[in-house]
Amino acid sequence: MKFMLMMNAPSGKGGEYNVTSWPPEDLQAHIRFMHDLKRDLDKAGELAGAEGLAPPGQAKIVSLGKNGVPAVTDGPFAESKEFLAGFWIVDVDSPQRAYEIAARASSAPGPGGKPLVIPIEVRQVMQAPPA
Amino acid sequence: MATELWADWAFVSPSDVDVPAERDDALVLLFMCCHPALTPPSAIALTLRAVGGLTTAEIARAFLVPDATMAQRISRAKLTIKAAGASFSLPTDSERPERLRSVLHVLYLMFNEGYTSSSGTTLQRTDLSNEAIRLTRSLRAAAPNDAEVSGLLALMLLTDARRAARTGSVGELIPLDEQDRTLWDRETIAAGAALVSEALPMGAVGSYQLQAAIARVHSEAPSTDETDWRQIVLLYDLLMRLSDNPVVALNRAVAVAMVEGPERGLELLASLEHEARLQGSHRLEAVRGHLLERAGDRQRAVTHFLLAAEATSSEPERNYLRLKAARLTAAL
Repeated sequence: MKFMLMMNAPSGKGGEYNVTSWPPEDLQAHIRFMHDLKRDLDKAGELAGAEGLAPPGQAKIVSLGKNGVPAVTDGPFAESKEFLAGFWIVDVDSPQRAYEIAARASSAPGPGGKPLVIPIEVRQVMQAPPA
Repeated sequence: MATELWADWAFVSPSDVDVPAERDDALVLLFMCCHPALTPPSAIALTLRAVGGLTTAEIARAFLVPDATMAQRISRAKLTIKAAGASFSLPTDSERPERLRSVLHVLYLMFNEGYTSSSGTTLQRTDLSNEAIRLTRSLRAAAPNDAEVSGLLALMLLTDARRAARTGSVGELIPLDEQDRTLWDRETIAAGAALVSEALPMGAVGSYQLQAAIARVHSEAPSTDETDWRQIVLLYDLLMRLSDNPVVALNRAVAVAMVEGPERGLELLASLEHEARLQGSHRLEAVRGHLLERAGDRQRAVTHFLLAAEATSSEPERNYLRLKAARLTAAL
């Protein structure tokens, strides 16, 4: 079964996820945590994909414009409280295993080495009907 | 052999192509695979398949796409070449310089793809760089009088020699001035340096030879401060005559700063302010941060490193820039 695990980060300056304000050793620990998580999932054969996304400052909103030309504007909307920071796609035997992995991702350390307890959104990737 | 290869093109279906044994056939194939009608990613994939002999699955893994996606890409590439009217023969004398530039560009990008990877396991990506080096070596054997081919090979070897020092323990990028030089591969450096000496007297100096010459100056220095920066500035002066790429000007500003001081480097950056191709580029901000740090203005350096971090699309680079900003902040 495949699940997408999505990590959202609060937008705007300030707040716990503002990695740019952390002491270097805490930032290093956070980077190491993410690196190790990906490595462990890969080794266990559970990793179907994982990507960090460019920050929202680089994001664009694109819709169909006049004459089929893409209409590109800066996005996302300033009012949005969160943005998608990145995701993992895991290939596992049960939803419980997906939740275990998500809980681990949620425990990524922040300032002072404390677990951030980020809420991770878990959704199953739709699959073909059984034979 | 030639007819078998041509049959493959005509059928335009992915199949197991024997890697050509004869030097000339391999060269013809290399020119075809790097045809200017192809986008660089297509040319790289096709070259790896038809000249490098990698399987479609291996190439797909190297680029982290599904096998079927890569098979399609390679199929379409062959169709594009066919539509462009390419024939199975070496380029004419008049076509050759441009076609050779195309080949060198593809090989250079292939090497870079393997060298600056931001995802996937290290092993996969090292294969790409090694493949680029191997193909450039064969090209040099088949075309020994082209100085730029030797220049490109030299550049690849001198760059590859630093691989072990370039990545930190959590995959973050370590720039040249912070690398542990004891981790550099001295044998590979010697081989690259010898090629630079060999290529330079051969005639008109091209951009790969100059880049390789710059890389050699770095490789011979025991540390950043003991580097012959004046020589590097001279080489960049020559490179700027060949190329209007603003990244060259940016790198030159760093070198000038090492000779004349960071304020002089910052002055040069100001003149690159309006360069459209650098707008929003993390490189400009990263260099500014670097020079401000050298000038002792840590606070502003932090600001620019953070701006650079938000502008890059490379995770190892972003991690490096954020860590840099954090360390400077802690030292304020």
